[in-house]
Amino acid sequence: MSQNQPPAPLISLRAVGVRRSGRWLIRGVDLKVDPGEIVTLIGPNGSGKSTAAKVAIGLMRADEGRVERSAALSVGYVPQKLSIDRTLPLTVRRLMSLAGSHSRDDIDVALDAVGIAGLADAQVHRLSGGEFQRALLARAMIKQPQLLVLDEPVQGVDYAGEAALYKLIQTIRKETGCGILLISHDLHVVMAETDTVICLNGHVCCTGTPEMVAANPAYEQLFGQRAAQSLAIYRHHHDHTHLPDGRVQHADGTITDHCHPDDGHHDHDHDHDRDEPEHAGGDLRNAG
Amino acid sequence: MITIVMSRNMPAGTFEMLDDFFVRALFAGSALAIVAGPLGCFVVWRRMAYFGDTMAHSGLLGVALAFLFEVPLIIGVFAVAVGVSMALLALQRKDALPSDSLLGILSHSALALGLVLVTYMTWLRIDLLSFLFGDILAVSKADIAVIVLGGATVLAVLAAIWRPLIAGTVSSEIAQAEGLSPERAKVIFMILMACVIAMAMKLVGVILITALLIIPAASARQFSSTPEQMAGISVLAGILSVATGLFTSLQFDTPSGPSIVVASLALYLLSLAAMGFAGSMRGEPSEDRS
Repeated sequence: MSQNQPPAPLISLRAVGVRRSGRWLIRGVDLKVDPGEIVTLIGPNGSGKSTAAKVAIGLMRADEGRVERSAALSVGYVPQKLSIDRTLPLTVRRLMSLAGSHSRDDIDVALDAVGIAGLADAQVHRLSGGEFQRALLARAMIKQPQLLVLDEPVQGVDYAGEAALYKLIQTIRKETGCGILLISHDLHVVMAETDTVICLNGHVCCTGTPEMVAANPAYEQLFGQRAAQSLAIYRHHHDHTHLPDGRVQHADGTITDHCHPDDGHHDHDHDHDRDEPEHAGGDLRNAG
Repeated sequence: MITIVMSRNMPAGTFEMLDDFFVRALFAGSALAIVAGPLGCFVVWRRMAYFGDTMAHSGLLGVALAFLFEVPLIIGVFAVAVGVSMALLALQRKDALPSDSLLGILSHSALALGLVLVTYMTWLRIDLLSFLFGDILAVSKADIAVIVLGGATVLAVLAAIWRPLIAGTVSSEIAQAEGLSPERAKVIFMILMACVIAMAMKLVGVILITALLIIPAASARQFSSTPEQMAGISVLAGILSVATGLFTSLQFDTPSGPSIVVASLALYLLSLAAMGFAGSMRGEPSEDRS
């Protein structure tokens, strides 16, 4: 990949729809990942996150809209579900060379990076869910692809390991400059380093930085008040405290009912049935 | 040892000829086992046992059509096996029926159709049993040439598609996302299967081909930690089965094809026992968690 080109997006989806068995799995989805950008897809189960990612990397065909990938794009993929038939003997080391040969040293470095250095010669069937997930992540990143697509990469990993893996994902991005498309249904751990969050529910509900999405009423309606709060909590736990009654005291002393970063100076009731968004942070699009 | 065994069963004057056909059988069987080993591993890993059966059963239809259109048998069998496998691929994509039902329909109707056609062509005097169960002791030098050349080609092509085929076996999504064309590898693999079935039919017959693919691979599973190891060990297991089966066939005057399959079964049972023994030596249950 040439460094001095203006950064063309690695992948871009415009108004993409996927229809299977007479049902639209996703429709009108816009999605773009630039080199060095981390894009996180969030949404409830069945909201089409995996479908959108599969269309982006060519595993599924779009029935409408445009899908563009940069020429000769190299992809590292961690699928959401993977079960390896037990009749297939496979060591972790062999798994690492699944899509291309790698030296012993490179494999050891990659396994060390995800914290399973000692398991190189273990059979993949004997790994715990978390260990297997780490091995898959190591395998996807070992060839330093231009784009990493990680579908629920930390499933089965314990809380401390989860934080470590997210840190690793950030390190990979910084060191290799790859773009990352991350899928999560776990709203609590949408990463602080995410550049763009796309909130999906068949269509794109809202798009923006994590703060912008958290502040968006469409997001709140989709996930409910508490989810909206927890996202913001994750981002801003240094500058506000949660009062016993659920309200939030901000650094400047004001108290609000929830902790959107841009609503620290006004107060409002939560009416989930409201039609008009009271506020929208920045240039949010409301596609819902 | 061969002479000792033979002298019990055979009249003394035919030694040299017997020796010859026996060596030919051994050679042809071993060549087939070398190809069947790695292919059989994929059949096991990809859960294609019934699929292999279906392709093999269609072999008899291939024989009938070959007689009808006066082409070499092996071509007829190969063509029909490829046709059946491509039909299956197409039907699977349509999601018309579950795969096993589709296979059941195709497998047995191809076999029945073959039987009907073969018996209908009354002008043909063919030994139906030899197609169903093979006649490895009747292989000619020309047969051996076909098996060796065909087998070498199959192995070369398999080596060329090895990486995408393994990657696609682990996860076709990963393989495809990372640019390995697993679907193409799968189609090529089907064609290789058809090749092996066409070559194997004369040796072990349409009913038993799948056994020769699966059982050595299953025996090798216990002793392997990578796919490549399993492919290699299943080749050894296959050769051992062919040799043991042929010797017992000669000694006890049993049909050769079924004897080879029985030998490979015995080897598989031995491998299970060996694994259980090794496990108990390490203080583990022989079956790990599943």
